[in-house]
Amino acid sequence: MEHQKNQVQVIPADPAKIKKIWKVAGILAAITAVEFVIAFTVPSSGARNFVFIALTLWKAFYIVSEFMHLGHERKSLIMSIMLPLLFVIFFIFIMMYQGARIFEALY
Amino acid sequence: MANTAIVADESTDHLWDGGVTPMKVSYGKLMMWFFLLSDAFTFSALLITYGMIRYSHPAYEGAIQDFAFSQEYWPIPEMVFEAVPFLHGIHAPLVFVGIMTFILILSSVTMVLAVEAGHRMDKKGVEKWMLWTLVGGALFLGCQAWEWSHFIDGSDISNNVGSNTFMGANLSFNQYGPPNFAALFFFITGFHGFHVFSGVMLNFIIFYQTVTGKLERVGHYEMVEKVGLYWHFVDLVWVFVFTFFYLV
Repeated sequence: MEHQKNQVQVIPADPAKIKKIWKVAGILAAITAVEFVIAFTVPSSGARNFVFIALTLWKAFYIVSEFMHLGHERKSLIMSIMLPLLFVIFFIFIMMYQGARIFEALY
Repeated sequence: MANTAIVADESTDHLWDGGVTPMKVSYGKLMMWFFLLSDAFTFSALLITYGMIRYSHPAYEGAIQDFAFSQEYWPIPEMVFEAVPFLHGIHAPLVFVGIMTFILILSSVTMVLAVEAGHRMDKKGVEKWMLWTLVGGALFLGCQAWEWSHFIDGSDISNNVGSNTFMGANLSFNQYGPPNFAALFFFITGFHGFHVFSGVMLNFIIFYQTVTGKLERVGHYEMVEKVGLYWHFVDLVWVFVFTFFYLV
């Protein structure tokens, strides 16, 4: 690359790619807006929380897959990152159980 | 995709010392991914701890209109976070934190655009979008500073803690609910805010190296990508903090 020092070639932007980026941004903004509408109109309940968590995971998918480009990497890399997160799911269940037992012991 | 492939294939920078490229990513990028995985565990642990402690306290039962702060039960987040700068005394639940969320998502978008410009060796483009990313990060930090100071000072409504009237929050007491509520607020949003702060610092270094032409001399803008991964992760964590701390 040394020989290019004084004349770096700028490749022109691909409009389709830029459009895709803004489309993902639009989806993220729209999901957040929906979360707000739900927060203001629907009374708190277990079902509402479930919807919130589903929407959050949906947003997380777009950020990780598109913005962080993980969706376009090798499958081995995707698995190396995603599989260890199964421990988190396990951890959620044991700690929620623990919290409920502490509540029982205290109240 | 075709454009990025040209840059990546011609360069041998992404080869590891063994002469191959495991998982078709550079060493630095793979290590950034593994660091982010470990950081994801840290934040998961913090948020799950929040869930556990919240579960071990009684929840408020009753109509939301009658809600009042008390040490007896966990507060409803939208009753705590309802203030907006310059709109004193107006009940605007979650509006300010919503603005913060949009700022962070937007700065994530400008980061993607900076990475995209880097693929095309477009120095001007990288400069422009990195600058916007820096502005977004600084704005978010400013918002968080205001949020913290409002949380610590309290609003007009004071509350009885034991036999004393108490306003605002510290690590031992707070007017909003059980002591752990404020402790977790400080710990989780503070730890996230520290990540944003380090992210802004890293973004600034990359911006500086772009402006001085260092990255152009190196021959690729992969550092923008690596720091970009970190910045998106910070945004990702906020998405979860927003849901579990403010919405649920």
